[in-house]
Amino acid sequence: MPKVIENVGCPYCGCSCDDVRVTVSDDGKKVLEVENVCAIGTEIFKHGSSDHRIRSPRLRQPDGSMKDITYEEAIEWTAQHLYKAKKPLMYGFGSTNCEGQAAAARVMEAAGGMLDNCATICHGPSFLAIFDNGYPTCTLGEVKNRADVIVYWGSNPAHAHPRHMSRYSIFPRGFFTGKGQKKRTVIVIDPRYTDTANVADYHLQVKQGHDYELFDAFRMVVNGHGNDLPDEVAGIKKEKILEVAEIMKNARFGTTFFGMGLTHSDGRNHNIDIAISLTRDLNKVSKWTIMAMRGHYNIAGPGVVWSWTFGFPYCLDLTKKDHAHMNPGETSSVDMAMRDEVDMFINIGTDAGAHFPIPAVKHLKKHPWVTIDPSINMASEISDLHIPVCICGVDVGGIVYRMDNVPIQFRKVIDNQGLLDDETLLNRIADRLDELNAQGA
Amino acid sequence: MSEMIIKNGYVFDPISGIKGDKKDISIKDGKIVDKVSNKAEVIDASGKTVMAGGVDIHTHIVGPKVNLGREMRPEDKLFRGDFRGGILKQGKRMEMGFSIPSTWKTGYSYARMGYTYANEAAMPPLLAPHVHEEIRDTPIIDVSAMPVFGNNWFCFEYIKNKEIENNAAYVSWLLNATKGIAIKIVNPGGTEAWAWGDNCVTINDPVPYFDITPAEIIKGLIETNEYLGLPHSIHLHGNNLGNPGCYETTLATLKLAEGFNPKNKFGREQVLHNTHIQFHSYKGDSWANFESGAKEIMDYVNSNKKITVDTGCVTLDETTTMTADGPFEYHLNQLNHIKWANVDVELETGSGIVPYIYDKNIKVCGIQWAIGLEIALYANDLMRVHLTTDHPNAGPFTRYPRVIKWLMSQKARDATLNTMKWKDKVIAATNLASMDRELDLYEIAMMTRAGPAKALGLSSMYGSLAKGADANIAIYDLDSAKMPSDPEMIESAFSNTIYTIKEGVVVVKDKKIVAEPHNYTLWTKVNMPENAQVMHDIKEKFTRNYTVNLENYAVFDEHIHNPRAIEVEVA
Repeated sequence: MPKVIENVGCPYCGCSCDDVRVTVSDDGKKVLEVENVCAIGTEIFKHGSSDHRIRSPRLRQPDGSMKDITYEEAIEWTAQHLYKAKKPLMYGFGSTNCEGQAAAARVMEAAGGMLDNCATICHGPSFLAIFDNGYPTCTLGEVKNRADVIVYWGSNPAHAHPRHMSRYSIFPRGFFTGKGQKKRTVIVIDPRYTDTANVADYHLQVKQGHDYELFDAFRMVVNGHGNDLPDEVAGIKKEKILEVAEIMKNARFGTTFFGMGLTHSDGRNHNIDIAISLTRDLNKVSKWTIMAMRGHYNIAGPGVVWSWTFGFPYCLDLTKKDHAHMNPGETSSVDMAMRDEVDMFINIGTDAGAHFPIPAVKHLKKHPWVTIDPSINMASEISDLHIPVCICGVDVGGIVYRMDNVPIQFRKVIDNQGLLDDETLLNRIADRLDELNAQGA
Repeated sequence: MSEMIIKNGYVFDPISGIKGDKKDISIKDGKIVDKVSNKAEVIDASGKTVMAGGVDIHTHIVGPKVNLGREMRPEDKLFRGDFRGGILKQGKRMEMGFSIPSTWKTGYSYARMGYTYANEAAMPPLLAPHVHEEIRDTPIIDVSAMPVFGNNWFCFEYIKNKEIENNAAYVSWLLNATKGIAIKIVNPGGTEAWAWGDNCVTINDPVPYFDITPAEIIKGLIETNEYLGLPHSIHLHGNNLGNPGCYETTLATLKLAEGFNPKNKFGREQVLHNTHIQFHSYKGDSWANFESGAKEIMDYVNSNKKITVDTGCVTLDETTTMTADGPFEYHLNQLNHIKWANVDVELETGSGIVPYIYDKNIKVCGIQWAIGLEIALYANDLMRVHLTTDHPNAGPFTRYPRVIKWLMSQKARDATLNTMKWKDKVIAATNLASMDRELDLYEIAMMTRAGPAKALGLSSMYGSLAKGADANIAIYDLDSAKMPSDPEMIESAFSNTIYTIKEGVVVVKDKKIVAEPHNYTLWTKVNMPENAQVMHDIKEKFTRNYTVNLENYAVFDEHIHNPRAIEVEVA
C-alpha cells in the first residue's frame, strides 16, 4: 500500500513551504506523487527516487574516468587532503540542513580553512548593509495577517519563489486582512515588466542601475521634502513617486521584499542600506518591515548557524584555528579563487562550476576538488571526488531556516538506501581530521 | 563508581544555612552525598571559598534575537586585548564575541566563573527549534528557556474571557511544544501594539483590537501559573521599561501580585519575578532630571515577600541591547541612532536589537550604574534579589565578577564613581555614594545561586550543596578569613575558579576548561488531561493565521538536546 506523508517541507526555494503531501511506495523507496508544491519542487522530490541517482562516491582516475569507491575511502581521501592543504575552502550550503552546516563548521575549524556560503554570490551585500544599518523585519505570518501594502523591489517571486505571493504576501486572508488581495496595495519596482509586475497595482519601471536614486527620492518625500524632487528620478515621474510614497506613509503595515535586482545591480550593498533607511524613516509615520528574498530553502541557515558558532554569517577565515576572521573581498570565495589563493576546494550543496566566473573555476580546478552533492552537476563533473549524499527533505530530515529566519523542521519521506547525510559524512571527516591533527601534534 | 571529596574549604551554602564554616563536601555519581569511601578523589580547598555552581535566572544566550545580534555586529568580535578577553582557545571549539559571545564561548565563560546553569530569558515559541539548536551547541552548562506569553493571541483571548482553565491548558501545551520552563512576559500588550507601531506604557493602556489591558494580562498569567503550580512564577519584564518616571508603572505592576498566593510543590514562595528591575526604577520626567527610584522600588519589594527580582546591573561597557520589547528598542534607537534590528513574530511576540554604549562619562549611564547597585544594597533579603546584568542588555554576563566587586566593596564603587565625568550629578541623582553597605560572601551566594535556584523552584537540584543536589560546585581563590583589601582581587577570584565541578566532573581546573561532559536542557512537563476546546482553538489558528503547519510547530524530539523534565501534575 502506498503511504501518504503530510506536512512535508519542500527543498526548493526560500519559501520553505511545509505543507507538501508526498505519496511514497510501499517499500518506502519511491516517491509516487507530490501535492501542494510548485513545478520545481515536484521535480526535486521526483529526482529523489530517480534511477539515475548516484549512490556511491566516485574518484577520478589517472585516465580521467570516474571509479566508484566506498564512503570510507572517500572520507579518508578528503580528510588527508584537508590535512595537507594550507588554505582549503568549503563553499556552498544552499541545499544542506543546519545539522550539516554545523558539522561543516567543525570540519573547517579542525582543518584551519575557509568557509563560505552562497550568500557570497547572492545576499552577501544584504549582510553588509545589515552590519551597517540593522534589519527591521518580521516573520512572514505578520505580512499575511497584517500587511496592507506590499513592495517587491528587484525581485520576481512569480518565477523565483512560486508560492510566495499566495502563501505569505498578496493573496492570503489573514487575521486583520480578511479580504486578502482586495485590500492590499501591491507595488512592484523593477526595470522589467515581470510576471510579478503583472499582478501589481503599481509597477514603477525604474531605470536599470538607478534604484538608489529612487530610494533617495522616497526618503525625501517621507522626510517632508517631496516638493524639492526634480520632475523625474530614475525614470519615474515625480507625480508617481509622490503618489506611491503617500501609499507607503499611509500603510497600516507595510513590507518591502527585495531580491537580487538590488544586491547585484549598481549600488549593491548601498541599495540595501538605503532600503533599510527608508524602512526606518517609514516607521516614524507608519509600521514597516523589510525582508531579503533568500533564494534557497535553507540558504538563511549557514548565516544563522555560523553566527552562533563564530559570530560571522559568511566569508569565514578559520585558518588560525583559534579565532575567526571575516573580510569580504579578502575572504570571499570568488575573490580568493580569482587570486588563486585556495589549494583545495570542497563544493557542497551547490554548483560552483555553474555559478562562479570561469577564471575562478579554472584556478580552483588546479587543486584537489571535492563535490558533496546529491546530484550530478557541473561541479561534480570536474571534481576529483564526488560524494553523493541524501537530499534534505527527501531522504533526510533536519532543521532549515526560511527566508524570514523561521526554523522549519523538515521530514524524511523515503529510505536513504545506504546514502550518508551531510551531517554524518562531515562529522566522520572531522573525526578523522581530529585523529590526524592529534598524530601530527 | 566515581567519588570525590572537597576538603577544608570555607563553604557558603544558603540553602543549608552554612555560612563560611570549614567543611568537606562529598560527591558520588554526580550528586552531593553525606560521605564517601576513602577511595574518593580528594580536592584540597584549604583557604578557598566553596559554593554551589552559579545559577543565572535571566540571561539572553541562545536563540533568534541573540543570534541576529551576533550576525549584525561583526565589530563585537574585535579583540581588544585582555580587556575583552583576548584570543583564547581552551575547549574543543574557538571562542568568539564579547557582548554576544558564540555559544561555545558562552558555555566556557559561565563555567570559568563557576556557573553551571543558565536560564534563557525569552524564547519566541515559533522559533523554538532555533533556541534548541543553540542549546545543543552550548557546552558544559545546563540551559532552560522561557517561552514568551505576554503578547500571545491565545492568552489574550482566554484571559479576556476569564477562561483560566483554558489558558492553563494552552500554556501547558506550549511549554510541551517548545520544551520551555516557565511563563515569560515582556511588555504585556505593548509588543502586540508595536505590530501597529504603537505601545502600552501603563498597565491600563488597552491593547489595540484585543480590548485587554496589561494589568489583566499579568493577573491572568499569575492566576494561570498558580493554577498549574509551575516550578517558577511568572517572569515579568513590565511596561514602560527604561523611561524616566517608569518606577511608578513598576510599583503599580508589582502591586498586582498582592491578591495571589504561591501554590506549588517546589518550595517557591513568590508569585511574581520582576526581572532587571534596575531598568524599571527611574524617577524624573526627562533625561535632564532623571534620577534613581531604587529606594521606592526596594521599599516595596522588601515589604512584599511574594515578589522576587533580579538587578540588571549596568556594567559600563559597550554592549548589545535586545529584548522582546520591540517598541522599547525602537525608541532607544531614536536616542542613539546606531543600527536597529526588529523582528515581529506572528501571533506571539516581537523583538528588537540596538547596540548601546554605557559610557561612564554620560550622566544617565552613570545613574543607571548606580541604580543597579542600589537595588542590591537596599535589599533586606538577598534570597529574593538576584544578580544579573540582563545579559547582554545592561552588560555582558562575563562582568558578574566586577558587579560582585562593586557590591562587596565601597572602595571599588568610589573608585569607579571618581572616574565619571559627571560624578557630582550622578551623586546628586542617586544615593549610592552615601551607602556604606558591603555584601559578604554569604550574601553573594544568595544572589548568585541559592536565591535564583529557589525562585526557579529548582533548589533541590541546583544552587545548593545539600544532600541530593547535583554536584555542581565552584571553588574560588578567596580566603574568607582573610579577605583581600584590594577589591580587584575579588573580581579576579570570581572571574576564574580554581575548580568548577559539573555533576561531579571537573570541568575547569586552574582557570582552564579541562572537560566538556554532557549537559541538559531543562523544561517543565505539565501532565494534565487534554482540553478539547483548546485543541480546537489551536487547530483553527494554525489553519487560518500561522504560516507554519501545526504538525511542524512543536520541536521534534530529535532536536531536543538531553531533555531533563521537571514534572507537574494537574488533575
